[in-house]
Amino acid sequence: MNNTATTNNDLLAPSKRLVKRYRAEKRFRRCGIAAITLSLAFVFFLFFTIFSDGISAFKQTWIELKVEFSNDLFANENLAAADYPGLVKRSLRTMFAEVKSRKDKKLLYGLVSPAAAYKLQDMVEADPKIIGTVQEVWVLADDDVDMLMKKKIDRTVPESNRRIRDIQLEWIDKLVAQGRLTTNFNRTFFTSGDSREPELAGIRGAIKGSFFTLLITLALSFPIGVAAAVYLEEFAPSNHWTDLIEININNLAAVPSIIFGLLGLAIFINFWGLPRSTPIVGGLVLTLMTLPTIIIAGRASLKSVPPSIREAALGVGASKVQTVLHHVLPLAMPGMLTGTIIGMAQALGETAPLLMIGMVAFIVDIPGTFSDPAAVLPVQIYLWADNPERAFTEKTSAAIMVLLAFLIVMNGLAVLLRKKFEIKW
Amino acid sequence: MKVKALLAASALSLAMTTQAMAARDYISIVGSSTVYPFATVVAEQYGRTSGAKTPKIESTGSGGGFKLFCGGVGVDHPDITNASRAIKSSEIATCAENGVKDIVEVKIGYDGIVLATSKKTAPLKLTRKDIFLALAKEVPDPDHSNKLIPNPYKTWKDVNPALPDNRIEVLGPPPTSGTRDAFVELAMEGGAKTFDFIKDMKKTDKKMYKKICHTIREDGAYVEAGENDNLIVQKLQANPVAAGIFGYSFLDQNSDVIQGSYIEGNEPTFEAIADGSYPVSRPLFFYVKKAHVDVIPGMKGYLAEFTSNKAWGDDGYLADKGLIPMPVKERDEYAARVAELQTIDME
Repeated sequence: MNNTATTNNDLLAPSKRLVKRYRAEKRFRRCGIAAITLSLAFVFFLFFTIFSDGISAFKQTWIELKVEFSNDLFANENLAAADYPGLVKRSLRTMFAEVKSRKDKKLLYGLVSPAAAYKLQDMVEADPKIIGTVQEVWVLADDDVDMLMKKKIDRTVPESNRRIRDIQLEWIDKLVAQGRLTTNFNRTFFTSGDSREPELAGIRGAIKGSFFTLLITLALSFPIGVAAAVYLEEFAPSNHWTDLIEININNLAAVPSIIFGLLGLAIFINFWGLPRSTPIVGGLVLTLMTLPTIIIAGRASLKSVPPSIREAALGVGASKVQTVLHHVLPLAMPGMLTGTIIGMAQALGETAPLLMIGMVAFIVDIPGTFSDPAAVLPVQIYLWADNPERAFTEKTSAAIMVLLAFLIVMNGLAVLLRKKFEIKW
Repeated sequence: MKVKALLAASALSLAMTTQAMAARDYISIVGSSTVYPFATVVAEQYGRTSGAKTPKIESTGSGGGFKLFCGGVGVDHPDITNASRAIKSSEIATCAENGVKDIVEVKIGYDGIVLATSKKTAPLKLTRKDIFLALAKEVPDPDHSNKLIPNPYKTWKDVNPALPDNRIEVLGPPPTSGTRDAFVELAMEGGAKTFDFIKDMKKTDKKMYKKICHTIREDGAYVEAGENDNLIVQKLQANPVAAGIFGYSFLDQNSDVIQGSYIEGNEPTFEAIADGSYPVSRPLFFYVKKAHVDVIPGMKGYLAEFTSNKAWGDDGYLADKGLIPMPVKERDEYAARVAELQTIDME
């Protein structure tokens, strides 16, 4: 009796081994929490640097000019041939009549973007009646002025080390005082294509290029991927050949993406003769890249459909094809769609294979069809990161923000689909 | 049956292609990443003012550009290639083999290569000899015998007592870069030539001579920083001891944070590069396929835009982007060549 009681007490009291086990468990948990904290810290750091660099790109500095569209400039019938840069310069000269020396004039002209001339040209071509009138026109400021207004150029450093001269600072302050210089939401960034002038550069071309490319990728890789997955999972006999195919598909999913670019260059461009730098070729290459992902995800979701469903369908007399099409495939579809969306998100962020097929290029015109040359979003980021002008740094971060937004939406959609349609057996 | 389906698929794709190919109505340009920032400005300017389609420009490097350019004549080959060096005779031969017989060479201006440091330190005052001794893999033995030893120098002071006592740490482009080619050719080779026995070697053993002049040390003093020059600029700001190698346009755009080192007493300024007193500068070119000029719409317009004074002139917009213009006489000469489409000698 007495003996048992002591044993009981021993059991209740924390033994040395138990304490050790608890400690080990605590340690393990702490490691896990530390790992998560560390990765979250990295993510926050990444987001923070990108946001703090890029947020200013959504604003843009504008200068209001008083432009006299005097008749003498448009004596020529051809409106496109008129000297629009000259018109901008003349307007600046009348606004700052005190500027006389040639050097100062050049600095003065440097305040507004070369885009100002394009804007005046567009205005005249849209409505030739404005010739002969005086208009107040808001034009884009030069990227250096923009950088100054966003405090990315320090006023206090000595003049020789600054891209904005003291005399320019004076003019800018004067413009600000007159209310002729403001910072507005940067619409250009969303409506224009690439440009070498940071203030004119936008991501519309890249977004459209990405859209066309992904459309082709989706149109090809989804049906092919689903068909391959269904055949391999439901119909194919299991023998050495299917084993070989399975190994190859798994291997392909792990192949570095640039290899697909080389393949695309050799087959689609050199052999088929498809035009370089176009969404057709880009879409085909990305199809090759995403196919393994979609097939693997598709097979996994087909596998998760319980065999009882198939047996029941076959039992009531459905054929094999009917079983698959009427019962198995609809049940596996949410999983397949999730896999496809994740594959698409991966394709959206891909640059390396596109390098080989000439999609890493300077393209100003916004693509209108599948066979127009186009860049895609990650390529645009890569190209901007390489430009010498300071203002492209913020554009780069802003483009990354847009790309991240797309990726978050796509991955969110995948999660939503899974949550909504997932069937628990 | 499978074969039939495959054939049908390729026939379909071919039909699609021919349609797309016949319809190429934009100029396709490839080539040097150094010329890229200048060519893109011209292309954009041309596209926006003429209303024609804007040329498409790929940055493939000079060598890669020639490879594509010399691939053949026809709309699926590029019309123009940019280069940060003159075309090699081997490339001319490849071109000729593939039917590209008439090429027009256009020099567009000069580019200076700078060795820059952070503004936080005093500028380095170097000679090409210092650069060679600091960066070459093998250097002449300091005891004046004509023997080569693995580079022993750790600090700039070791190289030249007049220089600061800082560790040698130079960030620069990888071997695939045209900037690196030009740097070793102009700065390092220029420095190596100051040693008579190396200079003599040029006549006796050219291969060895090239190897000595063009091989950069691999013991960590030279850091390959990738092709992204913005990254080098940022690293220089963080590390005032380091120096970086890049094109003049990056110095021009970032003059508030970095400064060019003096080479043989010359600061890399716009004027010094233009008049040739700054020794490390190279000409930039582009090459035009004459057979395409009348076939691809807009070729003449683009050439005219590039060779106009408002683009490559002394006050042109290319000068604003950091291109060093040619003297007026040279400009006129090349403009005339372009106007007549005078081809280079293919022999």
